[in-house]
Amino acid sequence: MIEIHNIEKSFDGNPVLKGISCTFETGKCNLLLGGSGTGKSVLLQCVVGLMQPDLGSITFDGTVFTNNKVQIRQEIRRKIGMLFQGSALFDSMTVAKNVEFPLQMLTPEMSAAERRDRVEFCLKRVGLENAGDKMPSEISGGMKKRVGIARAIAPNCTYLFCDEPNSGLDPLTSLKIDELIQEITYEYNITTVIITHDMNSVVEIGDHIIFLYKGLKLWDGTKDEILNAQVPELKEFIFSSSLVRAAKRIDDETHSGVENL
Amino acid sequence: MVKSFGQFLLFMQSMLVRKERFAVLWKRTIDECVTIGVNSIFIVAIVSAFIGAVTCVQIAYNLTNPLIPKSTIGYMVREMTILELAPTITSIVLAGKVGSSIAGGLGTMRITEQVSALEVMGINSASYLVLPRILAAILMFPLLVVLAMALSIIGGYLAGSLTGSISAQEYIEGIRSDFIPYNIVFALIKSVVFAFLVSAISAFKGYYTEGGALEVGTASTTAVNNSIIAILIADFVLAAILL
Repeated sequence: MIEIHNIEKSFDGNPVLKGISCTFETGKCNLLLGGSGTGKSVLLQCVVGLMQPDLGSITFDGTVFTNNKVQIRQEIRRKIGMLFQGSALFDSMTVAKNVEFPLQMLTPEMSAAERRDRVEFCLKRVGLENAGDKMPSEISGGMKKRVGIARAIAPNCTYLFCDEPNSGLDPLTSLKIDELIQEITYEYNITTVIITHDMNSVVEIGDHIIFLYKGLKLWDGTKDEILNAQVPELKEFIFSSSLVRAAKRIDDETHSGVENL
Repeated sequence: MVKSFGQFLLFMQSMLVRKERFAVLWKRTIDECVTIGVNSIFIVAIVSAFIGAVTCVQIAYNLTNPLIPKSTIGYMVREMTILELAPTITSIVLAGKVGSSIAGGLGTMRITEQVSALEVMGINSASYLVLPRILAAILMFPLLVVLAMALSIIGGYLAGSLTGSISAQEYIEGIRSDFIPYNIVFALIKSVVFAFLVSAISAFKGYYTEGGALEVGTASTTAVNNSIIAILIADFVLAAILL
């Protein structure tokens, strides 16, 4: 479980995060939802340690991360796997080498054969068992995301962070990526945090959703609760999606619950 | 300027704390030696051979006094090559080739979040990405400079012989006269200093790239410009101190 308490962050005097407190629960897909420029990515970067918050604390399973000793921060970081928006695969390495990289760096005690087995397992787990020898430039966007997931889970991560895993993907591939992330979360009982503004992801995998608006947390709840939320900014966000509007219209016409989508 | 220099020093410091394991550092350094050194042999060979050839022909053209022996041409080619042309011109050429490659490579890694990926894994990205490049440059620049010295003198020999400006015997006589071994040491010291300047400045510019593809190009250009200026300043300072 990751606990965030009163996080604040400003850039050149402009506040981006205004005292955000929330909890990312273990074994669940925690979604950070919000429009562009609401502070989702900044919050995620503060949580994974790529950025230092001005104020507040972040705790990973009871261990304070912010402003702690370098060794303790490193220990926590080594339990983190992250899928970046652009996948961030290392261009100079093959797919298999990309997945092997964190094992080489973080678990020097593993033998080459053990590493190879683990890479094979992870690539198979994301459905890319035949793509190990390909270079990142030779695979599609969806495959890159899968490789990113395989690299993230290779060292048995405890916390998985995904920065807009669906960006640039077609709806079907997006759905498959969402399902894969959800399966991995449940299978390994890890804490998964996903940045998204995709309503399909919300209704598909949103076990716990946190809605950010202008640097503030306005709402949190589950995918079953979100369509009935009484927060105007959230309602506006949700119903800006044509698909949800259409579903709502059908719901109104048939009087069946939209939540059954 | 002062702020940038302060940032540069902090960057150098960040590279030296939380270093990766020796085996990782060694493998990375060898890989970079291939990129920086082996892949630069061709351009260094071409440039140095022609500079030696042109130097020989131009000195011969200017040396019209019959009282000055022709072997002086060989002597001057050797002195100019060892003291200045080989270390400085080679380093300037490498600033263009290696410096832009380092800045462009790191800049691209930065904007495509590959540097962030390393940091999230708990890897000191400066140590992993930059330190091997600097070590490889410090190892390879002197070797390339020695190669440039040899090829430049050979280039002068071939040019002098083929154009009939100087006989082979006179050239070799000039090459062998009044040789000061310290000049080689001086040239190697210069090459090590230039290697550090080119690799560190280029890495600094690339590592802190922000924005997109345009900024990567700008970082590469700035890295080459700054490296060349640093080489010229260091060249003067070292000559004033060590000669």
